[in-house]
Amino acid sequence: MTDILMPALSPTMEQGTLTKWHVKPGDSVRAGDIIADIETDKATMEVEAVDEGVISEILVADGTEDIKVNTPIARLAGGLAPVLATPVVEVQAEPPAAPAIPELVVTTTEPLQLGPTTRVTVRDALRDAMAEEMRRDPDVFLMGEEVAEYQGAYKVSRDLLQEFGPDRVIDTPITEHGFAGLGVGAAMAGLKPIIEFMTFNFAMQAIDHIINSSAKALYMSGGQIKTSVVFRGPNGAASRVAAQHSQDYSAWYAQIPGLKVVAPYDAADAKGLLKAAIRDPNPVVFLEHEMLYGLDGDVPTDPDWTVEIGKALVRRPGSDVTITAHSRMVGLAIQAAEQLATMGIDAEVIDLRTLRPLDHDTIVNSVRKTNRIVSVEEGWGSMGVGAEVVARVIEHAFDDLDAPPTRIFQADVPMPYAANLEALTLPTVESIVAAVRAVCYR
Amino acid sequence: MAPEKGLPDQLKAFYRQMLLIRRFEERAGQLYGMGLIGGFCHLYIGQEAIAVGVQSIKQTGDQVITGYRDHGHMLACGMDPREVMAELTGRAGGSSKGKGGSMHMFSTEADFFGGHGIVGAQVSLGTGLALANKYRKNGKVAFVYFGDGAANQGQVYESFNMAELWSLPVVYVIENNQYAMGTSIERSSSETHLYKRGASFRIPGEEVDGMDVVAVREAAARAAEHARSGQGPYILEMKTYRYRGHSMSDPAKYRTREEVDLVRKTRDPIDHLQDILLNDHGVEEATLKVLDGEVKQIVADAVEFARNSPEPAPSELYTDVYLEASR
Repeated sequence: MTDILMPALSPTMEQGTLTKWHVKPGDSVRAGDIIADIETDKATMEVEAVDEGVISEILVADGTEDIKVNTPIARLAGGLAPVLATPVVEVQAEPPAAPAIPELVVTTTEPLQLGPTTRVTVRDALRDAMAEEMRRDPDVFLMGEEVAEYQGAYKVSRDLLQEFGPDRVIDTPITEHGFAGLGVGAAMAGLKPIIEFMTFNFAMQAIDHIINSSAKALYMSGGQIKTSVVFRGPNGAASRVAAQHSQDYSAWYAQIPGLKVVAPYDAADAKGLLKAAIRDPNPVVFLEHEMLYGLDGDVPTDPDWTVEIGKALVRRPGSDVTITAHSRMVGLAIQAAEQLATMGIDAEVIDLRTLRPLDHDTIVNSVRKTNRIVSVEEGWGSMGVGAEVVARVIEHAFDDLDAPPTRIFQADVPMPYAANLEALTLPTVESIVAAVRAVCYR
Repeated sequence: MAPEKGLPDQLKAFYRQMLLIRRFEERAGQLYGMGLIGGFCHLYIGQEAIAVGVQSIKQTGDQVITGYRDHGHMLACGMDPREVMAELTGRAGGSSKGKGGSMHMFSTEADFFGGHGIVGAQVSLGTGLALANKYRKNGKVAFVYFGDGAANQGQVYESFNMAELWSLPVVYVIENNQYAMGTSIERSSSETHLYKRGASFRIPGEEVDGMDVVAVREAAARAAEHARSGQGPYILEMKTYRYRGHSMSDPAKYRTREEVDLVRKTRDPIDHLQDILLNDHGVEEATLKVLDGEVKQIVADAVEFARNSPEPAPSELYTDVYLEASR
């Protein structure tokens, strides 16, 4: 004898009304036969038999309301399948706390160990990173719009087609959603694609694959599906290209578990971090900046040299105030610090370099020393990178603060086209200097 | 296609696989009703001939990818019914350790790449699997399943374009069960013959009776041969029907009971194959009864496992978010 139970017909249903029986005692039923109609708060549903057998008893009459899920509603004789009793409710232990942020260790910033270097632009440093990694690993390939024949919309992939051929440097149609999906699929099969977006503004067409298909794949497959893919391209505001071509997506991607998010400033970091991103087994969003592509810097020539993802860099040590920044804003922060020095304010400039995972220790340790913080970002302030940085400082160094933390960010408007309005929108050296003076009360 | 050698044995195997999917899904529906399966649960009942027929020509290393109505494809890939059922109940013994659920399951061992909850995403991803096959020149084919609903997503056509442009080894299997959730194909699609949807990309397509496992297999063999031989993608539109609602919480009021009953009575893929086995191949009814019994036992065992497997340990909450980077 098998009990037929009141079924749950939606994720939220707890009880329902048995509006009508389609069977009576003595009726034979087969799996799939409709036996009753049940009304929930949302709809009336048909209930099918799961077992074959003969209805021996109806336990709940037509029209009965508020029948709790899993209440026996009828009995079935001769069912061959095992009796399924009330579900076993297992008591779930309390969820564990999130992994603790490690104890703070006071570190000193060591001088960069670069080995032999050569002077190149950020643009060529990125190209060299890709070329070296493609030489090192045949599974690495580059795909995107204009990356091959055209040599890159911003010339970042110059000469790669000539060296690696069209199978590994792949021009795509203008089809971001599609080629991002193809790239993630190829990564699921074990390849290591570098997906170039002509700019991250266009990656909004593809963001579903970056987040839903790539960032979440490892977790929702229980650790089986790896997507080692780099999504890269210029991010943020270029010059006079207005609202749809001038957005900083740092905070968007930095919110997503499963992604790593990197935003380098100079040529050495551009190369070292891109190499690390390509080697990383996780999906990495690599945010470049068009305004930095032409910036020269000393870059190590050793093909085995990389920069560890997740580590900030103290660009300028100082004792009076901490300034955090990433990407192009690092340059402004350094200039501001130089001006501040002439006023007798010794600012420490931290280049975040990686936004996820954020180098919590370096920021908090700095504030414990300086007791003041100004965060600078190119993007909007609401729910932004600075909001996160400042929240962490308040959580972990509240008693060390001598002034309210301050954030510098883009004006809360879409990017205007007019030159004067555009200039009013973005952070400037002057705005950083003013903010620092305010927190230093000078 | 000429009758294949050992056909009755093969047909019996198809019958057994299709029955396994149906009994599994019926039981999944019951466990959902008991509250043992949560969230969304999309059953494959009625469409069994497609996954079984297509995957009967799958070679080792050929990939399979589909949307969220995925239980049948996993069973046809040879995944253990226990681990599929235990994933549905959200237990540690599930194929994703209980972290994926009905819509997000994978098995790298069985070449099954999901199990995707975003309608149409699997089409781009599956085309990417085919890109990897071409990159590696490994002779493998990706079988990419999607429904008549997903067929209206833009990324499907972005993928079609690149697949043909680059001659990627991919077979697109459109499971046209007539309803995208509650919207019939006539109400959603300006061209309802979905096999023609590749025409502007020069992708050949054909319409197949998706309720006839032999017809499905023969069409899949043609399509796979086309893809494997370097001629690029191929579209198969499988005309099929789902008996249950879109998900467990769908009362399916957008169609009549008579419509559903008519399909069940006249086009059921399992009944159809049963008739062929009994009448054309002289298979004894008792033989099929034995198969029925075996299948019931497998499903009962899967249910038992899925009920008794423990919930994932709380320590699993923070695992599988990142892989360790080697330096």
